[in-house]
Amino acid sequence: MGVILAVAGSAVGLGNFLRFPGQAAMNGGGIFMIPYFISLVLLGIPICWMEWTMGRYGGSRGFNSAPGIFSVMWRNPVSKYFGALALIVPVGIYMYYVYIEAWCLAYAWDYLTGAMVRLPADVEAYKDHFAGFVGTGYNGFLLRSTGGLQESVLFLIIVFVINFVFIYRGLTRGIELFCKFAMPVLMLFAGIVLVRVLTLGTPDPARPEANVVNALGFMWTPTIPIRHGWKQTAGPELEGFRPAGESAEVEIPDSFPIPQELVFESMTRGGLKSVREVFRVRVSADGAAGETEDGVTIISARPGQTVRLSVDPATPASIRAQPLWAGLADPQLWLAAAGQIFFTLSVGFGIILNYASYLRRNDDVVLSGLTASSTNEFCEVCLGGLITIPAAFLFLTAADLTPAVLQSGFKLGFVALPAVFARMPAGSLFGAVWFFMLFVAAITSSLSMLQPAIAFLEEGFGMGRRLSVTCLGMLTAIGSLLVVYFSKDLIALSVMDFWIGTVCIFLLAMVQSIVVGWLFGIERVKEECRRGAAMRVPDVVWFVMKYVTPTYLLIVFVCWCYNNIPAEIAGIRAMRAEDRGTVLLMLAFIGVLLVFFSLLVNLAAARWRAQGRLAGADASRAPLADPEARP
Amino acid sequence: MNVYGWVFMLASCGFVISLTVFCYWRVLRTPGTLEHMHAPLDIDTHDADT
Repeated sequence: MGVILAVAGSAVGLGNFLRFPGQAAMNGGGIFMIPYFISLVLLGIPICWMEWTMGRYGGSRGFNSAPGIFSVMWRNPVSKYFGALALIVPVGIYMYYVYIEAWCLAYAWDYLTGAMVRLPADVEAYKDHFAGFVGTGYNGFLLRSTGGLQESVLFLIIVFVINFVFIYRGLTRGIELFCKFAMPVLMLFAGIVLVRVLTLGTPDPARPEANVVNALGFMWTPTIPIRHGWKQTAGPELEGFRPAGESAEVEIPDSFPIPQELVFESMTRGGLKSVREVFRVRVSADGAAGETEDGVTIISARPGQTVRLSVDPATPASIRAQPLWAGLADPQLWLAAAGQIFFTLSVGFGIILNYASYLRRNDDVVLSGLTASSTNEFCEVCLGGLITIPAAFLFLTAADLTPAVLQSGFKLGFVALPAVFARMPAGSLFGAVWFFMLFVAAITSSLSMLQPAIAFLEEGFGMGRRLSVTCLGMLTAIGSLLVVYFSKDLIALSVMDFWIGTVCIFLLAMVQSIVVGWLFGIERVKEECRRGAAMRVPDVVWFVMKYVTPTYLLIVFVCWCYNNIPAEIAGIRAMRAEDRGTVLLMLAFIGVLLVFFSLLVNLAAARWRAQGRLAGADASRAPLADPEARP
Repeated sequence: MNVYGWVFMLASCGFVISLTVFCYWRVLRTPGTLEHMHAPLDIDTHDADT
């Protein structure tokens, strides 16, 4: 029973309850599930099996850390540096993940003590509360203000200590025991909240349309997802150009030279159709009312004024008039689904790779991997998919559930849902239960995030566990402090999440699939994977692993870069100087992490060579830790 | 919620529940499986005392 609970505990995380519902609702509801399940079958499960197999093989050759495992799987001097990615990803994610974990615990505490009940029951109040709680107003807010430590920092310290006590003590002594209690609690709490949400009926008789069936429909009814893109095509580049979905704001500075014409374009895409609209903003001393000429919207404005540009309301309607299947032609839909699968199954994180290296030679990797994946999917689709968005729909208006709210797991989880609990009978109790459940889901993930780096320090430099944990504690504390200090609009956290929690994960998954499928050899993978397997892997999986998964990943990654990197860079360029400084600082920090871990890998490799562990090109000549002798 | 919404919701939940039930059924019905089955959180890293 302990093993089953640990499988479930390892699988469940924040992505199940916050990220998935928002992604699904944003990306066409039911239609999102088609690429989602295809990604699960073609990417998630094969890569999961690859990681388990790679890890167990590396462990049988005497290596527990990713650089060592990569070295024995692909005998090439550069291979170990790819392994460095598998250290940076979990360590980097840990730096901000524990902070979010702390928010969950703090919110649970506030519900228990009644602090949240005192807030007015509207979204704006919770928006302000969250902004104050994490300090989105300006950098350093959390540490600068008087009156002692801010609540979120206090809870970060508490969560940091809890994590380190468990990690310091080692897995079998603390984490397994914790999981045995935490997992049933999580499942019980999730079940209670699910039953509560599904039995709410029509909570507000004045709004009969806000009933459970419509709430489920908001989440699950398939629609064609609509994307909006904005760009400035003429005129001096403005810092205050802020696109937000189907509208954009243009802040014209007081000192703007006049007369001047600025031209902006919106591109609304959905399915097989795209609609381009042009907006000309004429800036002069006597700004007059707007007009439209031949599909071009002309707006007059004065310096110091903020102009709002909006897409024609008929445009989305014309896109939604296409047949439903056209929605599948949207590459962003496939990218979002693949990204969600990576995030939720923790593939491409380097964690499974490390833990699998401690398995015995004949331990099962096939059924273990599949069971963990299916448990995760159960929590995500059946619990996350039926609780979060339907609950929000029942108590909030459509205006509250904007794309910005749905897209951001933070806004959904820490702004929209507290407003829901405020209007729900016994909301204080359910709020406490819900946020404690999120905390449990988060801590079962964060507890495993540092083990890949601990294993690397141990085998690369001969350090003991406690020294490794202490060193990593200091390193991750620096990263977390940066995230906490640069709190304005959570920019530092977003930068870490985008570049480490998304780009590096894609890269690592791609490298792994190429190493396994092409450099290590699919026949050897087949032999390795089948050893000790508690169920037979269908033959088609080997074809998928060798051809489909790398191709699919490559296409997804290239499309993803094409869609996101230019937008990300344009977003950075359009920022105010202070925000741009924060982004560049965090990028520099990520760069330092990359260089630092690459140097450590280089030093560790020199040590392994001196010990003869990397001698020769034949893996079988590497000294083996006797896998059968493992307890 | 229209009929497509019901179809997608029931099919998605049905698929996931079936997969989960299948996995746990295999785990519980196949003798000796639990001894050889592991998850990150229950794997002993053999370094707790160092």
